[in-house]
Amino acid sequence: MKNILAICEKELNSYFSSPIAYLAMAMFAILFGFFFWNSIGYFVSISVQSMAMGRSFPMDVNEMIIRPLLLNTSVIGLFLIPMIAMRLFAEEKRSGTIELLLTSPIHDAEIVIGKWLAALCLYAVLLLISLANIGFLFLYGKPDWQPLAAGYLGLLLQAGALLAIGAFISTLTKNQIIAGITTFAVCLLLWVFEWVGGYETAVWAKSLAYMSVVAHFEPFAKGVIDSKDAVYFLSLIFLGLFLSVRSLESLRWRS
Amino acid sequence: MIKVENLTKRYDNFVAVRSIDFEVEKGQIVGFLGPNGAGKTTTMRILTCFMPPSEGTASVAGFDVLTHPMDVKKRIGYLPETPPLYPEMEVSEYLTFVGKLKGIPSTDLARRVKEVEHRCAVTDVAGKLISKLSKGYRQRVGLAQAIIHNPEVLILDEPTSGLDPKQIHETRELIRSLAGEHTIILSTHILSEVEQTCDHVIIISKGAMVAKDSVANLTSRLRGQATIALEIEAATGSLESDEVIAKLSQVAGVNKVITVASRVGRHDFEVEAQAGHDIRADLARAVVSAGWNLNELRAAALSLEEVFLELTASEKAKGASE
Repeated sequence: MKNILAICEKELNSYFSSPIAYLAMAMFAILFGFFFWNSIGYFVSISVQSMAMGRSFPMDVNEMIIRPLLLNTSVIGLFLIPMIAMRLFAEEKRSGTIELLLTSPIHDAEIVIGKWLAALCLYAVLLLISLANIGFLFLYGKPDWQPLAAGYLGLLLQAGALLAIGAFISTLTKNQIIAGITTFAVCLLLWVFEWVGGYETAVWAKSLAYMSVVAHFEPFAKGVIDSKDAVYFLSLIFLGLFLSVRSLESLRWRS
Repeated sequence: MIKVENLTKRYDNFVAVRSIDFEVEKGQIVGFLGPNGAGKTTTMRILTCFMPPSEGTASVAGFDVLTHPMDVKKRIGYLPETPPLYPEMEVSEYLTFVGKLKGIPSTDLARRVKEVEHRCAVTDVAGKLISKLSKGYRQRVGLAQAIIHNPEVLILDEPTSGLDPKQIHETRELIRSLAGEHTIILSTHILSEVEQTCDHVIIISKGAMVAKDSVANLTSRLRGQATIALEIEAATGSLESDEVIAKLSQVAGVNKVITVASRVGRHDFEVEAQAGHDIRADLARAVVSAGWNLNELRAAALSLEEVFLELTASEKAKGASE
């Protein structure tokens, strides 16, 4: 545990002493801010319309603002997660510091978990920024906090899963760019697999659609925590971390 | 302290290390000598548990690198060829991190960091970013990192490569000062480094061990008998080297006289003495009585360079005859 924390702390330090953390935060703040502003604008125009027409639609902040926002945030994550994950191991391999880690009396799993945890922490920091926007909703309206909390839990689980995959891909190369692009492609594929389910009902299509991240995130965005979705993300996290550990191990045999 | 038996490391279609055997006693400094690509780094990486051997065993302080890697890693300080530094960290921050990795209790950590900073003379840059450090300082931070947990064994891969002469001198002094408390293996392709810093030397070439012995023994073993180097100059006019050879050969106990270099009126010779004869006084007398100037007279110790050439050349000859 101590070793995991040491690795995690070091990793967070290097995120925040390089431009990566700030760039990710800035990009996230701008994109989330735009989506927020956009959905508020839409919400306002609908409510003005509904008042002008004399009919009062039931206006639900959770339904009309928070849910689309959460879905958009998960798309932003798709772009930012490769950026966060790509350096995890590739950079250590390039600079040779991996030799320090692998010759220290710590387990490979501790290295992997520590690094993954740091990446997840950075992502959590991004989500904190988004809460600054959400705060306004609570200031001027009365949204339910439970579905919101479920949505954020979903975002964290999703990020955990994609970061674990990104970490694994980062163990495979010395080149951050290659790690980043590959992770992005894999994340995107995990995204669009869902489309297959739209027109094809064979078993392979169903399994492919089941693998899609979106399909498992949507319930969270609605405020539903389904154990089946949680299990999906948790097993993806486990798979990614497990593969990373095995890949580190194989590095010893290959290099 | 370190025991290596029949160690072999194979890559796909290439043998990096071929059945190496050696033992290192506690407190020794052993030089690992060989040209680039001889398998020094591979051997060190196996000892530090960075990679496993293909065949054979290696153990540190009685712990096998394959079956008890954690026990081995705790006892080893390792400085790879490029010091494993994080450029975005400050020196003390980095050493604290390494200290944590090596399992130093948090109550001792700050004190240990201060100690190794002092020991490796990096106290004045302790608050600086590693990316801003000169190569010499980086090397010293690398050494500080290797000794922070006071390991029984230190493994240093080319600790002086890429440094300027002053830094090389300082690093060697530092390594020498670490001997005694630590058992040290250092690799190098610079022969004089081994002569200056090590007690024992292991010479490898193309993955195979060519020789292992104490530095003093190895030199004298190849030597066989003493050789004296002379520089002789004509007092006036010119001097032929044949003339000198004829004269020197008459001295009792001289085996052979070889001309090493000739300039106008001045010659360098090497005189081989028969075993058990000290011929220096007689040589000097002979030269002076012939009316020549004796510019220099010294016992020529075979440098490791020559030892190395001789050993690898004999390997080659063996290989050719096979």
